[in-house]
Amino acid sequence: MATNKHIIHGIFGDEVPMMEACKKLRASGIRVKEAYTPMPIHGLDSLIGVPRTRLAICAFIYGLTGIGLATLMMWYMMVSDWPNDIGGKPNWAYYFNIPAFIPITFESTVFCAAHGMALTYLLRCMLVPGAKAKNPDPRTTDDKFMLLLDLNDAQSEKAKTILKDSGAEEVNLINSYVVEPKYILEETH
Amino acid sequence: MNTEKLNFTVPSKARMFSFGLMAVGLISIILMFLTDHVDGDPDYHNTRAWSNVFSGAFFFMALSLAAAFFLGLQYAAEAGWSTTIKRVIEAVTMYLPWGLSFMMLLFLLGQFQVHHIYHWMTPGIADATSENYDKIIAGKMGYFGVFWWVRTILYMIGWLWFTFKLRNNSIEADKLDVDINNSYHWKNIKIGAWFMVLFAVTSSTASWDWVMSIDTHWFSTLFGWYIFSGMWISALTAITILVIWLKKEGYMEFVTESTIHDMGKWMFAISFLWTYLYFSQFMLIWYADIPEEVVYFTARWENYKALMWTVFFINFALPMVMLMSRDSKRNFFFLMFVGTIIFIGHYLDVIMIVMPGTVGHHWTGLSWMEFGCFFFFLGLFIYVVLNALAKVPLRVKNHPFIQESLHHSI
Repeated sequence: MATNKHIIHGIFGDEVPMMEACKKLRASGIRVKEAYTPMPIHGLDSLIGVPRTRLAICAFIYGLTGIGLATLMMWYMMVSDWPNDIGGKPNWAYYFNIPAFIPITFESTVFCAAHGMALTYLLRCMLVPGAKAKNPDPRTTDDKFMLLLDLNDAQSEKAKTILKDSGAEEVNLINSYVVEPKYILEETH
Repeated sequence: MNTEKLNFTVPSKARMFSFGLMAVGLISIILMFLTDHVDGDPDYHNTRAWSNVFSGAFFFMALSLAAAFFLGLQYAAEAGWSTTIKRVIEAVTMYLPWGLSFMMLLFLLGQFQVHHIYHWMTPGIADATSENYDKIIAGKMGYFGVFWWVRTILYMIGWLWFTFKLRNNSIEADKLDVDINNSYHWKNIKIGAWFMVLFAVTSSTASWDWVMSIDTHWFSTLFGWYIFSGMWISALTAITILVIWLKKEGYMEFVTESTIHDMGKWMFAISFLWTYLYFSQFMLIWYADIPEEVVYFTARWENYKALMWTVFFINFALPMVMLMSRDSKRNFFFLMFVGTIIFIGHYLDVIMIVMPGTVGHHWTGLSWMEFGCFFFFLGLFIYVVLNALAKVPLRVKNHPFIQESLHHSI
């Protein structure tokens, strides 16, 4: 049987009732798809159930890549291909001049980690050149706070009540659509 | 909120602990002076004992000075997160008069030839007819001598004035019986900013004057920052350990986990700053290969190799590996454990800075002398800081950022 899904926008004038609404929604097992706010709000991501970022793991891997690349590059350039004389110390082996190589290794690590993290972040958010702004309501860039919900019939009725009770200024049903059974994923909270 | 313990009283256990440390330290200092001599070297006058006393006096003085710097920095940057632990930072700065008194005493004793930590204080060193004549030091005597003493006294007066002003303003602000009055805060922002200006110059020059001049022939402009980073990380670990201990004792429940997480981040970051400067100094000298520069590291490499590597590993590799993850910075026991090791590591760093210039090749490795002396100063430091902490409420009342700090969450 096909399921009806509804996209609901709950607009708030202040962050306090919005955070209250988030707590209540999550307590009754309803997933908040996204929150749009004009300024960063501490603790909101854990309230709407965003998992902890794994960007740090990426950073570590990119850093290791940087160390590897720098070592390979310096070994090839300074030792293997054309042995250089560093500060009166001829360079016949890599370990011989490690102090001189450390700054470059460090810089390369930082370079790869920083750029890798930035690119990963941008790609993960699909902030590629020419990407369209995804903010569904421009008022959230000014003075309004918005919760975006994408729910089935029973849940959307419950969510509307919760939103109104916790002080939403507007509760708008933006769109309804039908999802065939084979596309329905299990609801995750 | 009524059950919150806002007034700290020094627990008798902590008081006994500090007295015990001081007693053990005092006994070992006396034993150290009685036993410290080198057979067949009549020029060796208790040098190691004096150097140990100097290291202890300097380390804890520098630590409380760096705490004053950190406090000034919080004001100058108008930082809100640290407001809840401000009283702890202030308490740590209150050791500064003690530390400076020890330093002054040591300087005076050196001037009157009781010890020979500073080679340039030797009489006749700039006199071409004297047998003590040293041409290189004679060329630097414009910088040492009277000018050195003038600078030393100016540093001490300046630092003490700023430290006491910052703390007294903060205490005065507490007495105001109004909801919001920022007048003292604005004063402290100005004082903190000016302290940054003074400290930027004097932390460098003071470390040249007081520490680098032990190796009088050698000089490095980077040295001041190296000492500064070392004292900064020591101050941060001391503050963190103290805050966690107070939390464990049931005080300071208002300090959020995030504030301590931030302190962990500072410890992590400044460990890297220290390593950066430690390594830079080595690398530049290694690279340059100039004999009069290399002599500094040759002395350390030949007789202090184990200490040098120990200091490098426990002050760099250990905090890097252990404090990198978010969870480790939020585990109080873990943070305290790593902090203690870093704290000892930086004391060893001071030992490694001082000893080669004074004890030189007579060094026989770490012994009870170093630890005994450390215990004495540690005991005194704990005693002074806890007493300073007990004098005022643990929570600042009239501070514009206190609410921000109470709800700090990252």
